[in-house]
Amino acid sequence: MSTAAHNASGAERLRANDPEHEAPVGGGLRKVGGVAGWVDDRTGAAKGVGYLMKKVFPDHWSFMLGEVAMYSMIICLVTGAFLTFWFVPSAGQVVYDGSYLPLKGVTMSEAYRSTLDISFDIRGGLIIRQIHHWAALLFIVAINVHMMRVFFTGAFRKPRELNWVLGAQLSMLALVEGFAGYSLPDDLLSGTGLRAAEGFMRSVPVVGSYLSYFVFNGPFPGESIIPRLYAVHVLLLPAILVGLFTAHIVLVAVQKHTQYPGPGRTNDNVVGFPVMPVYAAKAGGFFFIVFGVVALMSALVTINPIWAYGPYDPSPVTAGSQPDWYMGFADGALRLLPGFLEFTAFGFTFSFNVMIGAILLIPIMYGLITLYPFLEEWVTGDKREHHLLDRPRNNPTRTGIGMAGIASYCVLMFAAGNDIMAIKLHLSINDITNMLRLLFFVAPPVVFWVTKRICLSLQRRDRDLVLHGRETGRIVRTAEGRFYEQHEPLDPYTRWHLVQHEQHRPLELESGVDENGVAAPNARSQRLRAKLSRFYFNDRVEPVTPAELEAAHHDGHHVEAIEHQEPGGAPLVEVGSAPAGENPDTTEQRPGH
Amino acid sequence: MNALAARRRHPAAIALLILVGLLVTGAAYAALAPKPAQASTVSADQVQQGKKLFQANCSTCHGLQAEGSKDGPSLAGVGAASVDFQVGTGRMPMTRPDVQAPRKEKVVFSEEEIAAMGAYVASLAPGPAVPDQEFTDGSKGDPAKGGELFRVNCAMCHNASGAGGALTRGKYAPSLHNVSGKHIYEAMLTGPQSMPVFNDNNITPESKRDIVAFLHSVDKQQNVGGMALGRLGPVSEGLFIWVFGLGIMIGFAVWLGQKSA
Repeated sequence: MSTAAHNASGAERLRANDPEHEAPVGGGLRKVGGVAGWVDDRTGAAKGVGYLMKKVFPDHWSFMLGEVAMYSMIICLVTGAFLTFWFVPSAGQVVYDGSYLPLKGVTMSEAYRSTLDISFDIRGGLIIRQIHHWAALLFIVAINVHMMRVFFTGAFRKPRELNWVLGAQLSMLALVEGFAGYSLPDDLLSGTGLRAAEGFMRSVPVVGSYLSYFVFNGPFPGESIIPRLYAVHVLLLPAILVGLFTAHIVLVAVQKHTQYPGPGRTNDNVVGFPVMPVYAAKAGGFFFIVFGVVALMSALVTINPIWAYGPYDPSPVTAGSQPDWYMGFADGALRLLPGFLEFTAFGFTFSFNVMIGAILLIPIMYGLITLYPFLEEWVTGDKREHHLLDRPRNNPTRTGIGMAGIASYCVLMFAAGNDIMAIKLHLSINDITNMLRLLFFVAPPVVFWVTKRICLSLQRRDRDLVLHGRETGRIVRTAEGRFYEQHEPLDPYTRWHLVQHEQHRPLELESGVDENGVAAPNARSQRLRAKLSRFYFNDRVEPVTPAELEAAHHDGHHVEAIEHQEPGGAPLVEVGSAPAGENPDTTEQRPGH
Repeated sequence: MNALAARRRHPAAIALLILVGLLVTGAAYAALAPKPAQASTVSADQVQQGKKLFQANCSTCHGLQAEGSKDGPSLAGVGAASVDFQVGTGRMPMTRPDVQAPRKEKVVFSEEEIAAMGAYVASLAPGPAVPDQEFTDGSKGDPAKGGELFRVNCAMCHNASGAGGALTRGKYAPSLHNVSGKHIYEAMLTGPQSMPVFNDNNITPESKRDIVAFLHSVDKQQNVGGMALGRLGPVSEGLFIWVFGLGIMIGFAVWLGQKSA
């Protein structure tokens, strides 16, 4: 800063506070710095960008599943913009005169004709359409698998419940967005889907027909549904999806990413690599891999050959009418629901055989998914923050519940393909349907029980490995002629993975009455809570304590004795000293610690 | 007055007039009436040969006189078209009792033998004959019109691209890929197994030819979008994205996750 005299002339006084010219930086750096500085001077972005560039992310392949979803969404947005240039969202009737001969002279809607034109007459149109559709399918696959990863590792626990809720809503909206897109081309398959959707609306008791007339602007099919769906598909839902997704990502950045437990990784730090340059390169590269694989798939494999289905007309329907896979579970529920659920009462027809699967299932399913973190928090009474992930085996009941949910979802999804299974496997469609009806009730409990048992035995194996070490296969003969196999103790880094976790215990039921013998107002809910807590944590395998480890190392004979003791009693102390981070990864401290 | 007019009241005149009238009507009928689509004339020898073949190969289920039994229906009135379809596509003779006779690549009998059995079955009671080649040649039909007819009448069971579909209790509508025009036509005409009959009043011979043309155009169609995944629609697409799409993505994610910085 220049210091100016107070008695200087007016012009000088005005310029008194001007900064001095800085010496220019030479070379290319000046150019980059110049642009960055120019932007920073006007936006003040440098601070935020610098913060983001230095953010640390932990490294694991399963953390990239959400990235696959993000990238497929971007691919859908880009290719979707291309498709809007040519797609005509109109039900107006025209006679086809394009280059696809088997449909020449056929009357069809403008929507269908423009989709045919995109497929046959617009350069690159077909591959862009196929990329759009394959990426959409991959988007929802990746969302589901990402959701499973978050669920099974307990990443939804405090402070991330809110992000779990956002994610569940994103996942549900993605289904609706997909269905809207599937219905746009107005081919026989998508028209049949819309007809089904109209039937679903009508199955709502009392107001169903009003609802259907409201949505379709009159009787089915009408001319309004395609333009309306188009607005929903390209404007309304993408805006909501992108908005929620941004919030989802911002929350990840603010709360920092969870990490798998390991040496040097604690609840208070993040061990990994900074965004710049490592993650920028890795994630950027992964985007091109995802785009490349989707493009390759689209170049090699047909998806939704609308020309084969023909234009929609309310009279025909085709065998093998299925929705895209992500709506399969709802379609399957429809196929499994028995017909006797439809009855007439008070002069109204109640079609619960349709309504349960078509209208109630999705809100119920996503409601349960959304509420799960809060249920688990209530059952465990665990209000602490968790930034270290669980290994799925270390929470057998949660893992079992998740697998049971997946099992019932799969039963419903497979039911949607019952006709295809019947012809391809030469089975009776009636037998398949009845079998799946049975499985819907039998499979989830069986899967729960099997999963829980597998988790518990894996934990026992971990205990065994920690206490006895690895079997080396080397047989040693002692001087007295005894033979034994040498066991090699685990190195501390490996051991840490197996002993670092803590195990919840069932909550003790408080007496439920106060000192005067009056029942506490929340006694019933407390009893339920204790019951659920026992359900969750009664069967458990405690991790090896340092004392147990010490005993096992000192005298092999005592190990068995310790093994056969019921685990429990000993306080949960972290075993030994947690080894420090094994490589010079960047470690970021979590805020507030 | 000429000679013809003079004899107009001759007693033979009425008989002669009736004869002429009958001849003209008969000739006109023969010329204008729809011909039964019979490709070859049937000889008594052929019927005899067909009867022998029938008794040797079919009578176990259909009965010695084709009267039917609990294992197979009576064949009176099914016509030569039905025999040509069932035997010509390898469905008959069935190897074992089943809910439905599957189409087989290997056809047991020669063209002449099938024609002979057809002649025998047609001799039992009138029924639809083997269609004329005029109406089974898809190249003379209009595939676009046939496509519309197919979607309205056939797609609900056979799938919009003729890939086939499931019916109740293990029965099915078979795939229509690479089926000859004659057999497609005969199936519509005779309604084999679970299929309804589409007679010439439902779908005219010309329209049947259009349907044949449509199905043959589907056969010839190149898969412009790449592999067709069995033309089974969203089920096989869903399977593909879960197995290959997700599989490849996880493969790359594991690879990238293992790469150190």
